[in-house]
Amino acid sequence: MAQHQVNYASTAGLPIALTSVDKLVNWGRSNSLWPLTYGLACCAIEMMASGASRYDFDRMGTIFRASPRQADVMILAGTLSKKHAEFARRLYDQMTEPKWVISMGSCANTGGMFNTYATVQGVDRIVPVDIYLPGCAPRPETLQYALMMLQKKIRRESANMKNNTKQNLRLV
Amino acid sequence: MRKYTPKDNVQAKSYYTDRYWVAPRVPREAVEEGSHFADVLAAMKAYAKESYIEIGTLVIHIDAKENFEAIKTLKETCGYTQCSEQSAVDYLAQDGEFELFYQFLNVKEAKRVRIVCRIKEGEAIESIVPLFNSANFAEREMFDMFGIKVNNHPFLKRILMPDDWEGHPLLKTYPLHGDEFASWYEVDKIFGKEYRDIIGPENRDPARIDRYDTKRFSRVGYEVPFGEDISEGEKEQPIEYSETLLVDYNKKSGKQLDHRK
Repeated sequence: MAQHQVNYASTAGLPIALTSVDKLVNWGRSNSLWPLTYGLACCAIEMMASGASRYDFDRMGTIFRASPRQADVMILAGTLSKKHAEFARRLYDQMTEPKWVISMGSCANTGGMFNTYATVQGVDRIVPVDIYLPGCAPRPETLQYALMMLQKKIRRESANMKNNTKQNLRLV
Repeated sequence: MRKYTPKDNVQAKSYYTDRYWVAPRVPREAVEEGSHFADVLAAMKAYAKESYIEIGTLVIHIDAKENFEAIKTLKETCGYTQCSEQSAVDYLAQDGEFELFYQFLNVKEAKRVRIVCRIKEGEAIESIVPLFNSANFAEREMFDMFGIKVNNHPFLKRILMPDDWEGHPLLKTYPLHGDEFASWYEVDKIFGKEYRDIIGPENRDPARIDRYDTKRFSRVGYEVPFGEDISEGEKEQPIEYSETLLVDYNKKSGKQLDHRK
């Protein structure tokens, strides 16, 4: 990222970069966003496509992790049923701080077309969401854009997560 | 006191019923002499109360108490070795009964048979799992969706809904958007009931189209003044076009070739 690039000319030829702790920490956080390998429905197919070679999330430092303990981002990709809500929340709780959530697709945002008794009407009822990504299903480019917006958001945040005002949630 | 509304059938109705095509009833044909189905009926003679053919499928109505013996005969004598589906239909509001159906396939003859029986609410049915393993999940689903108990089922447990769910969703008395238990299920389970006030009720279908809302909606051909109450129904108003734009192609002004002779 340009703002973190070392400009040797300004440091009299020395390999030194001056920055703030916030910027340094956020540089690390935003450029190695590791999402949880966690698909719920058809949006997960697009999420897999984003991770695979054609769209290639790896070049953005985004590598899917199979354990919530190693993940920073939860991409809720698809319809969340009420039966499964408990487990989605448990996975979110198992992720280590700092953590972010992307709600991917109409179903995760609002329940989508599943206006029924068995579907959670928006995942923000159970986890605090950072990015709402519209579409049914969103194309991989859209997910890439959402991830870039999340990176932007993280770079603006304070490195001390306690100073960041998250969605006024309910829960800790 | 709140106004009482009947709750026999609280399923959502389509918004525009007058625009929907209603499918005609499928014709029922009699079983022909000497056909494969005639042999099946002869074997099932002791059980069949009523039988006919619907779209190539033989439908046999039987007594619910004899379902196991009847299906055993169908499997062992008539060669119907596959049970492809088993479930029920809620006719409680209409007849006070469930209609149970079993769908069978004979692979050699490429023929299908449906066994239909009726049970009252609260009655149980005998399991056919000893005959067809495929009925295992189907009977569990029927129990989950309708609350119909199945005698001698190896593992009668909910299959789709969570184990601690209340109510049976495919009953006509079950609202499509769920009852109070369903609408707070995930909140109660994850955070506890005290979080209901913090999280708030579900926001369902904010973009719903309501034909009776004359402030925001208007139907073409049924225009009414802003805010008028049309709960009694509205009059159709034929659309008036300018006459200069209309061309009547039905006029018989031209010569007709057939009359030239």
